[in-house]
Amino acid sequence: MNTLLTQNDTQRRDRMLTLGAAVIGLGLLFAFDSMFDRFTMQIFKLCAINVILALSLNLINGFTGLFSLGHAGFMAVGAYTCAILSMSPEQKEANFVLQPIMPVLLNVQMPFLPSLLIGGLLAGFIGWVLGVVTLRLRDDYLAIATLGFSEIIRVVLTNAQTITNGSLGLKGLPRFTTMWWAWGSAIVITLFLVLLIKSTYGRAFKSIRDNEIAAEAMGIDVLNMKVLSFTISSALAGIAGGLLAHYLTTIDPKQFIFLKTFDILLIVVLGGIGSITGSIVSAIVVTVLMEALRFLDGPLNLGFMVTNGIPGLRMVFFSALLMIVVIFRQQGLMGTAEFSWNSLARIGLLPKRGQKSGKGVE
Amino acid sequence: MLSIKNLSVHYGGIHALHGISLDVPAGQIVTLIGANGAGKSTTLNSIMGLVKADGGSVSWNGQEILGAKTKTIVESGIVLVPEGRRVFPNLSIDENLTLGAYARHNKAEIEADREHVFSLFPRLKERHKQKAGTLSGGEQQMLAVGRALMSKPKVLMMDEPSLGLAPLIVGMIFDIIRKINEEGVTVLLVEQNAKAALEVANTGYVMETGSISFSGSGKELLADDRVRKAYLGEM
Ligand SMILES: Nc1ncnc2c1ncn2[C@@H]1O[C@H](COP(=O)(O)OP(=O)(O)O)[C@@H](O)[C@H]1O
Ligand SMILES: [Mg+2]
Repeated sequence: MNTLLTQNDTQRRDRMLTLGAAVIGLGLLFAFDSMFDRFTMQIFKLCAINVILALSLNLINGFTGLFSLGHAGFMAVGAYTCAILSMSPEQKEANFVLQPIMPVLLNVQMPFLPSLLIGGLLAGFIGWVLGVVTLRLRDDYLAIATLGFSEIIRVVLTNAQTITNGSLGLKGLPRFTTMWWAWGSAIVITLFLVLLIKSTYGRAFKSIRDNEIAAEAMGIDVLNMKVLSFTISSALAGIAGGLLAHYLTTIDPKQFIFLKTFDILLIVVLGGIGSITGSIVSAIVVTVLMEALRFLDGPLNLGFMVTNGIPGLRMVFFSALLMIVVIFRQQGLMGTAEFSWNSLARIGLLPKRGQKSGKGVE
Repeated sequence: MLSIKNLSVHYGGIHALHGISLDVPAGQIVTLIGANGAGKSTTLNSIMGLVKADGGSVSWNGQEILGAKTKTIVESGIVLVPEGRRVFPNLSIDENLTLGAYARHNKAEIEADREHVFSLFPRLKERHKQKAGTLSGGEQQMLAVGRALMSKPKVLMMDEPSLGLAPLIVGMIFDIIRKINEEGVTVLLVEQNAKAALEVANTGYVMETGSISFSGSGKELLADDRVRKAYLGEM
């Protein structure tokens, strides 16, 4: 009886805490909206987009144990689809100066939400096709195929002049990605992934990662589950791409070189391969650091000497950080662990569960 | 009854099973013994649908199951404990057991079976939230058996459960096999530890390079000169 009561108490406490945190979070967003300058706001938005990118890459690489290197490509698909569907005919005409846009595309104009979702669906569909074709083969083919795919997408975007405006890119996209859109999407997608990972599907993904043969012997349809995970991951990358397009308001094929995928991979590895909490924290920290350390690329006064700007020094910092993590803490910040209110209680920041009614169950 | 006839398997150019036949009557413990590479794992894996057979039949209570999906085979009541303690190391014991019931849906029955597994293996209950990778070798093998039991099998197939375990633990595993069988589960046991296997088995089959060479009751085979020489290390 006692233990039951304690468990209910804990559950109620956790629910109150979660509700409280949600209210505070929304309040902060609201406050940020009026408190900070535009530059700071932009970085907060970018944090949200990177949270989505890191989570979606972690789903396939961390939770399912497959190695995908195609995120930049799926982002590009989402970004271009969303931009073309949502721009007005006038904006399109102003952009397509070398060759006019295809007539069918000229007059479509949709609100942001359907454009974003269609971009995600198209990226997901391409992921599904790629998955069905390559996941039958050995696992390492996925890394090769996705890397190739993401480069092919870039070449297609550069050359499909009447659809994408080629290397000129698209400029003057509506600034749809507000703080609310960015963080709203990030929160919805986080909740979706938390539920997915806790579901039968999520458990199947993790079992495939841990031991494919045993998973198969339990009756899990390994191929279908891999394809499903990869499709979802690709679709979410597409949505993040759409958000990014309307955050930057300018897109061109060069933004989606495969190095973009490595930026996201860096976030996932630093945060912990297989931890949602880790990806979120890491996405925010890395995004802020990327901005905060921008001075590294400029002229530096080291006291005893002055350098006149080493572009790329910032990336050297992150690469060094990555190496340190790989050597000293391979599991990243969180490993596969997740945040829970109980973990706060364990380190003494919250009253321990079961204190009121004596000892707990364990 | 599980009845295998003329089962034949190729891996590319390698002919791993040359049309083997064996019967596993309901309620019995049947063991398949043989040297490394004889084709024992291939037999179990092809019954389970994990390896594609190229001929023969596997009939389960009169139904042909060769070529069926693994999930369908698990649902029909046959399950495999794969070779080499393949637990899910980063998942908790609870999650490992839940995955054993992947093909089932009745929550109440699943929870009852979880309690039953815990009663067979109290060590697992004590550590139910711990990651499976942190268990000892013997505990992992028990978890692998418990996970298989979560599918509520009528036939439990085990691929070398004693491999690499200390003698004391091997004894415990064989006690558990006997106990599971007494609860009404038919057992098809693949072993290199021929002595222990033949002692618990009603029937034994001896396999050599992809064919069954001979068979008999457990007692007969224990007394058989060929078995004693080749598999029990006696003169
Ligand atoms: N996946 C595979 N690919 C190719 N050959 C295999 C494969 N699995 C097993 N074999 C071969 O098939 C034969 C039987 O192997 P196996 O069934 O594992 O034997 P056992 O379990 O009796 O040790 C061996 O010659 C082995 O090398
Ligand atoms: Mg074997």
